[in-house]
Amino acid sequence: MKISEEKCVGCGNCTYACTMGAIYIDPKTRKATVNSDECVECYACYNGLSKEHLPPKTVRFTRRMMSKLWLRFEPDPDICPTDALVPDELSWPRVVRRAFSDPRVPHESTGVTGRGTEEVKTNEISNRIAVGMVGFTIEFGRPGVGVRFYQIQEMSMALAALGVKIQPKNPVTAMMSDVETGKIRDDILNEKVLSAILEITVPVERTEEIIRTVWAVEKKIDTIVVLGVGTRCDEDGEERVVAPILESLGYTLKRAKTNLGLGKLQIRELSNETPVSAKEAVTA
Amino acid sequence: MTNTLHRYGTAESFKDDYVIFALPAKGGAQKGDPKPALKRFLEIALEYNPVNIGDAMNGGATRPTEHTHALEHFAKRPTKPDFQQVIDGAGDPTTFSAVFATREDAEAFVTRIVAEDLGLSINISSSIANALGCCKAAGITRHSVGYSLGFEGIQDNVPNRHVLSLSTMCGHGMISQSLAKKMIDMVKENRLSPDKATASLSRFCSCGIFNPVRAKRIIEEARGKIF
Repeated sequence: MKISEEKCVGCGNCTYACTMGAIYIDPKTRKATVNSDECVECYACYNGLSKEHLPPKTVRFTRRMMSKLWLRFEPDPDICPTDALVPDELSWPRVVRRAFSDPRVPHESTGVTGRGTEEVKTNEISNRIAVGMVGFTIEFGRPGVGVRFYQIQEMSMALAALGVKIQPKNPVTAMMSDVETGKIRDDILNEKVLSAILEITVPVERTEEIIRTVWAVEKKIDTIVVLGVGTRCDEDGEERVVAPILESLGYTLKRAKTNLGLGKLQIRELSNETPVSAKEAVTA
Repeated sequence: MTNTLHRYGTAESFKDDYVIFALPAKGGAQKGDPKPALKRFLEIALEYNPVNIGDAMNGGATRPTEHTHALEHFAKRPTKPDFQQVIDGAGDPTTFSAVFATREDAEAFVTRIVAEDLGLSINISSSIANALGCCKAAGITRHSVGYSLGFEGIQDNVPNRHVLSLSTMCGHGMISQSLAKKMIDMVKENRLSPDKATASLSRFCSCGIFNPVRAKRIIEEARGKIF
């Protein structure tokens, strides 16, 4: 991302919007400037800030005049008053930053937007996490820290050394030069992204071993790690296997994503139907 | 969709937070056109008082504004969600979501969605107890569960807990901690109303999973320093 020097009026709103804190007002030019090494090309500034398209010269003049009167001209905090943000033409390897950081960009390896994967979300169709298995999503970089691929590689190689299966349909896996060893391709190792998710599947019995490995590695890498653990419920909808293991490791289970198992091989054909009322649907 | 899963906060803080989303499986595993079913999902949600709806490609119900001429600078910007623009703009099949702030609305919606039998995968991201309550109300059992183990090394009682609670409500990380902090500070200074602060944050969420009711509550709590 770049900020047009011609358009920027130095209001500073984009400095707050930047997810990585990579934008600052240069004291010499008094214009917003992007630290491109820290910018992850998430486009939060470009897509999230509203645009006013005010004439830059008029805004600068107004700001100058008002400051002489001890007054300030402040646009709403989520506005770029002069539409000064300009996306860069991204080429390899920098384009990887956007693929992982901008949720509106579908990742070619999964077809899912952003860093996302399907995990247990469609498990009733995909059987991605089978009975007796546990799926780990190991996410790096959130909240507000970011991660470089060489840091992710520390984790992927440590887990691969344990002989675990790294999930193939995952954006991080697509960046590996050797999935067996967890090695990520050399040309992107220093690229920084807002977050990325490493995904593995192991038998339930290995849950504790994996978590202890994650704990050991996350202490060595300068980012934040957040773990998700997905598994199948039993026939009466209870989950009595993995939760006790997690609790024995000291976790208090509060929040979860619950798949209701409503997916079918045939999606309901609705093109020719007229909507039914709530009462009709529920009592049908 | 770990973006809906890992929200910072205690279990109690999710009392008004139900993110329910629908998606088709990838890779041609299902037959039929998912687009009408996904759109129906959103239309049904409107009957149960959602506080946000959205699709992962086009955004939620409160979106950034774009002025066409300079005089609009003096006009009021909308702070209320525009649900119809989400439904009208729903495009390619992706993840569609609806957010509810009360147990009654969420449970009634899930009951209805089960009855509609759309054939899409439906997930609830909320506290474990909230999701179990929805399943019980709808008379179904859980198929799979994905636990959030929380942000490693970040406890429930950190000093910037309100900022984290707000910024992690966009799991894609589009809501910066700096902006969340600024919104809290501006409300504390009475330079901004909680509604406007919430709308400003909502506009950065690119898939409509931000919960403005929970956000407003958190901002109010931060103003009064209630933990």
